Amino acid sequence: MNDSLRKGYLGIDVGSVSTNLVILDEHAGVLAAIYRRTQGQPIRAVQKGLAELVAELPCPVEVVAAGATGSARHLTGVITGADVVKNEITAHAVAASQVVPDVSTVLEIGGQDSKLIILDNGIVTDFAMNSVCAAGTGSFLDHQSARLGIPIEEFGDYAISSEVPAHIAGRCSVFAESDMIHKQQVGIAVEDIIYGLCHALVRNYINNLSKGKSFNPPIVFQGGVAANAGMKRAFEDALETEVVVPAHHNVMGAIGSAILAMELELEPGKTGFKGFEITDLDYRTSSFACNGCSNTCEVVRIKVDGKTLARWGGRCGKWEMRDGKLDRKREKVNR
Amino acid sequence: MGNLHFMLDDLFGRLGVDYIRPPASSTRTLQIGAQHSPEFACLPLKINIGNFIEAMEAGADTLIMAGGHGPCRFGYYGIVEERILRDLGYDFKFMMLEPFNDGAWAFYKTFEALSPGLSIRKLWKMLKVSFSKARAFDRLYKRALQLRAYEVNLGDTSRTLRQAEEILSRPRTPEEIEAAAAEAMTVIEAVEQDPGREVMRVGIVGEFYLLLEPFSNFGLEETLGHMDVYLERSVWVTDWIAPNRDNIIYGYPKKDIEKKAEPFLDQNVGGEGRETIGSIVMFAERGFDGIIQLLPFGCMPENIATSIIPRVQQEHDIPVLTLAFDEQTGRAGVITRVEAFLDLLAARRRSKAGALRA
Repeated sequence: MNDSLRKGYLGIDVGSVSTNLVILDEHAGVLAAIYRRTQGQPIRAVQKGLAELVAELPCPVEVVAAGATGSARHLTGVITGADVVKNEITAHAVAASQVVPDVSTVLEIGGQDSKLIILDNGIVTDFAMNSVCAAGTGSFLDHQSARLGIPIEEFGDYAISSEVPAHIAGRCSVFAESDMIHKQQVGIAVEDIIYGLCHALVRNYINNLSKGKSFNPPIVFQGGVAANAGMKRAFEDALETEVVVPAHHNVMGAIGSAILAMELELEPGKTGFKGFEITDLDYRTSSFACNGCSNTCEVVRIKVDGKTLARWGGRCGKWEMRDGKLDRKREKVNR
Repeated sequence: MGNLHFMLDDLFGRLGVDYIRPPASSTRTLQIGAQHSPEFACLPLKINIGNFIEAMEAGADTLIMAGGHGPCRFGYYGIVEERILRDLGYDFKFMMLEPFNDGAWAFYKTFEALSPGLSIRKLWKMLKVSFSKARAFDRLYKRALQLRAYEVNLGDTSRTLRQAEEILSRPRTPEEIEAAAAEAMTVIEAVEQDPGREVMRVGIVGEFYLLLEPFSNFGLEETLGHMDVYLERSVWVTDWIAPNRDNIIYGYPKKDIEKKAEPFLDQNVGGEGRETIGSIVMFAERGFDGIIQLLPFGCMPENIATSIIPRVQQEHDIPVLTLAFDEQTGRAGVITRVEAFLDLLAARRRSKAGALRA
C-alpha cells in the first residue's frame, strides 16, 4: 500500500432513475460525488459512474471500504465487491444524521419512491415508504417539465417566483396532469401552476406517508427532488417549520452507504472492492425461473467473461452463489 | 391454503371421497384469479378463484368453499366465487361448508352429501383423528419458524421440513400419528444449529390467509428466518378452525388475547382485527424486538387494527411494520422494508444495551 494515498470510502446508490457515487474522506467529508441517470442500465451506470468519479477526485485515493445501496444494491454489491450492502432507507437515515446530527424527520423523494424516516437520538424509530402510488415522485416532475418545455433544473425557480399557487388535484399523477392542462387553458400563469403542483405533491406525500406519525423539527429534505426550491418551500408552508436541504442532497443515499462502509472499520487492504478497473469488464445478467418447487423463484445470474460470478434471488438457497463459489454457510450469505 | 391440504388429504382419504388437490398457488394461479375477480376484492379471493379454476382444469367437478359469518367479506366469498365461476361458463357442483358453531347439523349434512351413509359418530371420529394430524403439522411449522433463525447452512430447515412433512402425511391410526409426529419433530430438531447466534425476535400478526399461505406473502417467514429472525405467529390453521378457539398452537386462548386488546379495542371488528391488537401487546410483554403485521390490501378488520397500532406502539414501546399485499405488490419492495425494519430493531437493541451500560 502506498502511504501517499489518501484514505477514502466509496458509496454507491443505484436507484430507479439515478445512480449516485461518492468518495468520502475519513471525516465523512465529500471528496467527489457523481449524480447520473441510471437509464435502465444499472451495470453500465455503475461502470461509467466509477470512471467519472475517479476523474473528479482532487487527489489519488485508496478505497478502504465500499458500500452499495438502492434498488440495484445486490447487483452493485456483486460487481463492485462492496463490503456492505444495505437498503436505501437505512442509508438515507445514516446520511441525514451525519449532516444534521439531531435530525428528527427525514423527507426523501427520489425518482420512483418517497420515504419518511423518523429518528430519535440518531436512531431510526419509524419509517414509511410509498407503496401503492408513485404520484409526486421525481419521475412525474420530470414528465411535467418535459411537457411544459421547462428544464427540470429551472422548475424550482419558476415555482418560487409564484405568489399565488394554483390548486392542482394531486392524488393521482394522471389527474394532476389533466388539472394542470385545464389551469393552463383558463390562462393561469405557468409559475403559479408549477408552484401549485409542488403543493399538490407535498399534500400527497403527507397523506400517503404520515399515517399517525408527526413531523418534528429538525427536518431534512433530501433526494433528487430536494433540488427543487419550490418543493422545499411547499413543505415549509405545509409543515409550518424550516426544512433543511443538505448541500449534497441528491447523493445522500451514496453518502449513507459510504458511512456504513466506514463503520465496518476495515484495515486498509481488507476491502472486497474490486477497484475502479471493473469499468472494463463485460458483465452479463440473465434470470431464470427455478422449477424445483411451487415457489418458482426468479433466480438472477450474473456472468463475467462467460463465467458465472454470482446468483441470487431463490428462497431456499440452493442457487446462492457469491464470487464464483457456492456457499450456503449462513454467516457468509448474510454478510 | 397453507398446510390445510395435509388435513384435507387425510380427511378425504378417510371419507373415501375422490378429490383433487389443486396445484400449489403460483403466479399463474394469481394471474387467472386476478383477471376474473373484482379489482377491490382482497388478495385471498383472487387466489381462491385461481385455485378453483386450476382445480377444474385438473378435472374437479365439485367445489367446496368454507363459509362463516362476521363483519368481514370472507363469509360471502363462497357465494361471490360461485357466481364468478358460473358466469365464466364453468359447470360444477358447489358446496359451502359452514362452520360447526353455526349449526352442527348443516355441518354434518355437507359431509354426508360427500360420503353418503356417513354417520355422525363416524364423522366425528374421523375429524378428531385428522385434526390431531393437522395439529402435529402446525407444531412442526411453529418449531421450524423458531429454529430456522439458528440453522448453520442456508435452507437446511426448509429442506428438512419437506422430509418431516413426508413422515407426517403417511400415518393413519392415532397411535401411528403420534409416533410420526415425534419422529418428524426429531428430524427437524436435528438440523445443524448455531445456538450462539444473535437473533432478532419478531412476532407475526395479521389477517389469517396472509399468515397461513406463504405464496401470498412471498414466503416472508422463510426469508426472515434466513435473515436470523426467530419468529412466532399469532394465527395457525388448527387454532383457526377449532370450534372453541383455545389456540393450542399459539398458546393463548382467544379470550386472553381479547383482554390484552381491550384497552385499545374492546369489540370484535371482524377477521383478526382484535387478535392482531391483542397479540401485539402479548409479544411486546414477552420482550419481542418487533412486530410485522401482514394484511391483504383493503382488508377492513386489519385496516382498523392498523389505525390503532400507533397507540399500541407508543404505550408498549414496540416497533411495528405493516405490510399490505395485493397482486400489484412486488417482492423487492417488501424485502427493502423488511431489511430497513431489521436495521431499526438492531439499532434499538444496541442503544438499549448502551443505555444499560451507562
